Amino acid sequence: MTLRLAALLLATLALTACADRTPLDAHAAEAPPAAARAASQAAAAAAFSPPPESAIPDGPYGDMVRLGREIFVHTRRNAQPYVGNGLACVNCHLDAGRLADSAPLWGAYGMYPQYRKKNRHVNSYGERLQGCFMYSMNGKAPPLDDKVIVALETYSYWMAQGAPLGVQLQGASYPRVPAPARAPDYARGQAVFGRDCALCHGADGQGQKVAGDYVFPPLWGPDSFNWGAGMHELDKATAFIKANMPLSRGGMLSDQDAWDVAMFMDAHERPQDPRYQGDLAATRKAFHDTPMSLYGQRVNGHLLGAQPPRPGTANPM
Amino acid sequence: MGMRRRRLTHVLGCLVLAAAWPLLGYAASAQALVSKGNGHAPACQSCHGAAGGGPAVAGFPRLAGLDAAYLGKQLADYAAGTRANAVMQPIAKALSADERAVVAAYYSRLPAPTIDPPARPAAAGPGATLATRGRWSRQVPACEQCHGPGGVGVGAHFPPLAGQPAAYIAAQLKAWQQGSRRNDPLQLMAHLSRALSAQDIDAVAQWFAAQPLPAPSAQP
Repeated sequence: MTLRLAALLLATLALTACADRTPLDAHAAEAPPAAARAASQAAAAAAFSPPPESAIPDGPYGDMVRLGREIFVHTRRNAQPYVGNGLACVNCHLDAGRLADSAPLWGAYGMYPQYRKKNRHVNSYGERLQGCFMYSMNGKAPPLDDKVIVALETYSYWMAQGAPLGVQLQGASYPRVPAPARAPDYARGQAVFGRDCALCHGADGQGQKVAGDYVFPPLWGPDSFNWGAGMHELDKATAFIKANMPLSRGGMLSDQDAWDVAMFMDAHERPQDPRYQGDLAATRKAFHDTPMSLYGQRVNGHLLGAQPPRPGTANPM
Repeated sequence: MGMRRRRLTHVLGCLVLAAAWPLLGYAASAQALVSKGNGHAPACQSCHGAAGGGPAVAGFPRLAGLDAAYLGKQLADYAAGTRANAVMQPIAKALSADERAVVAAYYSRLPAPTIDPPARPAAAGPGATLATRGRWSRQVPACEQCHGPGGVGVGAHFPPLAGQPAAYIAAQLKAWQQGSRRNDPLQLMAHLSRALSAQDIDAVAQWFAAQPLPAPSAQP
């Protein structure tokens, strides 16, 4: 089974590597629409720099931008009813959503509305943000007119001012990592994790807290993202890790190490996909029918997704 | 019944005493090392202060309340030469591995002293920006992202910066830049210190020196 999975993975990796080199959305499962891709090629991946934080204006509009930034950086504190884990937006979108190759908000804002395979309809930017709360934040979607969504939209709009609409900007999303020479491997990933990740995320991957708040986020377990989040897919996790980890040393890991350690991270239990209806295989077929997802697959004798931890059961640290 | 209870009490008493014995020995030798030295290494407190607070004027760092594993590693690294320092290297070499562990444990258990931080620098100055925002154009995260909010320190690898003397923090950043301190895990500090100017270093050092230490109850 594991061997077959590995072979399947390698085959798919080879295919995706040939197919295109579009960057990856942190959470979505699809490439940008064909029109946008054509536009992006025409513009030869337009460069863009967001305005500095000091340029946020005074007044009610600027206040909403600042609130959006606060929610983005301290998500649990500022959007508590909608957050079900120990993460914050800024954990996967570095520099408060500003950093190129870290799925910056300015790279995403102008790409919506967009058709998404994940839910098979055209999503507004607001609905896209709702998805982050349901999956990456393992919480629930704030209503579209809730201050949380309005503030995050305003922050993104402010940051994207002057950027062209519908154009894949240089530095948007996470840069795709070429297929590895060898299929991602748990044991090799474990070694990478111990060498380069455990320092911050802990030997058990559960992050580190100060005074009850996470300073380093948990990578799996009850306080991490759930099985519906894009980061549980190997290519997306690999892309994020390669470009951004370890913090301040992005690009340090070899492609193979990034794939292996992404596989190691994503071969651990995490909270259940909220779309789960009681049948693991059916949920996999409906939402995770890709070799990039280990959900519903057996790794090291454990059927992933079969024993998801309940949120809020993290050991007090 | 009474007899049996008395015997039980006696046995329990002996057990408690036996369990406490090594601790008593530890406390005594730690106290001696810290206040008198071991005949080769001088007393720690002659520079770091009786309460381990490290007099800020001299630029000696606070040791009280720091993580024991962190302190132990620093002593080992001084001895090994990966953290070069003319004062501390001979001292660390004059301590046995056991003595280093004892001293590290001793200081980790001392309460962080209440100090009057210098006047807080402007919330929007260049030091505050580096500390709370970083400089991502040069792959420099906010210092707080690893050293914790306000620089209170995180675990065994990210020591507190809050309330440490500015001269000490600045000296460490320069030591990483120049390679005389190279005991940082994953070369995190070596890399990011090279993105900082002398002015950056002074500003961020002063910002952290002015941060309050967390109240004892707020410490993890």
